[in-house]
Amino acid sequence: MKKRILAAAAMLLCLPLGACEGKNQPARELTVFNLCEYMDPKAIEMFTLETGITIKYEEALTAEDMYTKYKAGGIDYDLLCTCDYMVRRLIAEGEVQPVDFSSFEYGKNIGQRYWDYATAYDPGNKYSLPYFWGTVGILYDTTKVHGPIDSWDVLFNGEYSGEIIMQNSMMDTYIVALKYLGYSLNTTDEAEIRAAQDLLVAQKPDVSAYLVDEARDEVVAGNATMAVVYSGEAYLGREYNPNLDYVIPKEGTELWIDSWLVTKNCKDPDAAKQFLDFLCREDVAQMNFEYIYYSTPNEAVLNGLSDEERADEALAPDPDSCQNSEICLQSDAATTELLNELWKELRGN
Amino acid sequence: MDRNRKQRQLLALPYVLWSIAFTVIPLLVIIRYAVTDKDGHFSVSNLLAFSTPVNAKAFLISLEIALICTVICVLLAYPLVMVVRRLRISRMTFMLFFLIMPMWMNFILRMLALQMILSNNGILNMIVTGLGFQPLALANTKAAVIIGVVYDYLPFMMLPIFNTISDIGEDVLEAASDLGASPLSVFFRVILPMSLPGLKSGITIVFVPSMTSFVIADILGGGKIQLIGNIIEQEFTRSTNWNLGSGLSAALMLFMLVGMSFTIKDDILPSHPVKDEEGEKKEAPGGEGISRRAVL
Repeated sequence: MKKRILAAAAMLLCLPLGACEGKNQPARELTVFNLCEYMDPKAIEMFTLETGITIKYEEALTAEDMYTKYKAGGIDYDLLCTCDYMVRRLIAEGEVQPVDFSSFEYGKNIGQRYWDYATAYDPGNKYSLPYFWGTVGILYDTTKVHGPIDSWDVLFNGEYSGEIIMQNSMMDTYIVALKYLGYSLNTTDEAEIRAAQDLLVAQKPDVSAYLVDEARDEVVAGNATMAVVYSGEAYLGREYNPNLDYVIPKEGTELWIDSWLVTKNCKDPDAAKQFLDFLCREDVAQMNFEYIYYSTPNEAVLNGLSDEERADEALAPDPDSCQNSEICLQSDAATTELLNELWKELRGN
Repeated sequence: MDRNRKQRQLLALPYVLWSIAFTVIPLLVIIRYAVTDKDGHFSVSNLLAFSTPVNAKAFLISLEIALICTVICVLLAYPLVMVVRRLRISRMTFMLFFLIMPMWMNFILRMLALQMILSNNGILNMIVTGLGFQPLALANTKAAVIIGVVYDYLPFMMLPIFNTISDIGEDVLEAASDLGASPLSVFFRVILPMSLPGLKSGITIVFVPSMTSFVIADILGGGKIQLIGNIIEQEFTRSTNWNLGSGLSAALMLFMLVGMSFTIKDDILPSHPVKDEEGEKKEAPGGEGISRRAVL
């Protein structure tokens, strides 16, 4: 989902630059654990310059990797940035501490809408601060489609047989079918899941390929007409090929949010809150937005966008287009096992 | 002499430690996982899972692809070797270097490059349509996977065969011709039988890995071709069912052990051991030892 390997090494090189400030104050330090390539390195330098608090910065490739490393307990992390269902899991396991976000100076920059979305995995918004978010939708080549694309239907009605790229990842494939059938993507009803399976099996001959990272590139290169992709990928795709467009189908889709958490063993909760507040500040949020180009929940940044950017569903989806969408919370073990089995069947079909 | 032998055996110690740490122990861990269920109780259900329809189908496709690829590699390797062996030494070195050079590049990178070449709007189709033919629909098919496997493993087939054939003296071939054998029968009655050890190790080195590969199928098959390797990978990474993954791996290993027993036997015990003065067994020409040396 968020594979940003390349800049990881570059970022590590930048770290020592900001590390020798604030000699007179007692040395304060935060250990921050973020997803790869998920913050402008300049923001970290800036924070240390302004506050004298040193940041030890670490990155993980996936939320699962982060969880494993955090749980291993070798390093005492103070702050974590991870994805929605992992936030829910960490809260349930008592690994994080509550934070009063209303005390934040810049907390108001995060729009109410995103706090509301976040209640799906953090009821009452007690623990997590939304950082970036996005959707799953259809990236398509406007020169190759006939008629408007606004529904998952185009993936299943056979009209674009052989021109479709689906995601080669279990959940990202099933959510499409579940939403198209009008079910919740968090369903645990076996009949609904099997209906989605039948739909996907019937669709397979029409699918050109199941890909992950290359899904976007295949549409950019003109090898496929449309692909199911994450909104961040779609935005980048349009940078390469202006004929592409991204749509959130009207049946709804998966909505994902990455959030910040303060760990239960955080050595300096005040410094941690100071850092989170800093991330909400307009100039810092702007910097990170320009570095990452995922949808930001920061309204101060959103207000500064051009009209064209605001109209871009890959960058700033409006509330209406997200109306039927849900956050994927990862179902119980039995459902996951069923999905794993069906996914193998689908791939082997 | 006995002490000498002991000392020499001592030299193998680093390798013995290495294989205990990275072959024997992991293998035991795999087997332990394979014969237990998630709660740690003894169970053979993970081994038997090999025969469920989904797994059996993936296994048969893997077998089919591995067999086709091995046959294609053999058919490509022999003519190539016959040409290369006639070259002067300097050219021969260059040709071998040329064959091995692609292996210096990262494997994933080569597969991604091949993916672009084979894609619908790729270089291959540009050439094909440029010549006035219909574009080929190779991308994301079994054929693309086969091309990828053959491309990747051809050197491993070619080098052992080359090693055995280059050991055949020119006088032997001349003698065959002088006695009236046509070029074809020289090949089939002299060269082919004499190169069998190389052919066998080539088959082992090509067939086994292509049977278990999953990356090529993911990249060139567009996720539409599911091999047994893909299933095992999924059990370990996404489904985190290590017991089932290990069970399938163990069953697959067992199958290959049985299937490959004829070549493995030949590699360990040369069919015609030659005794030298010290009474040591000499490796039959072109055993795996030689081919490995050439590859490295």
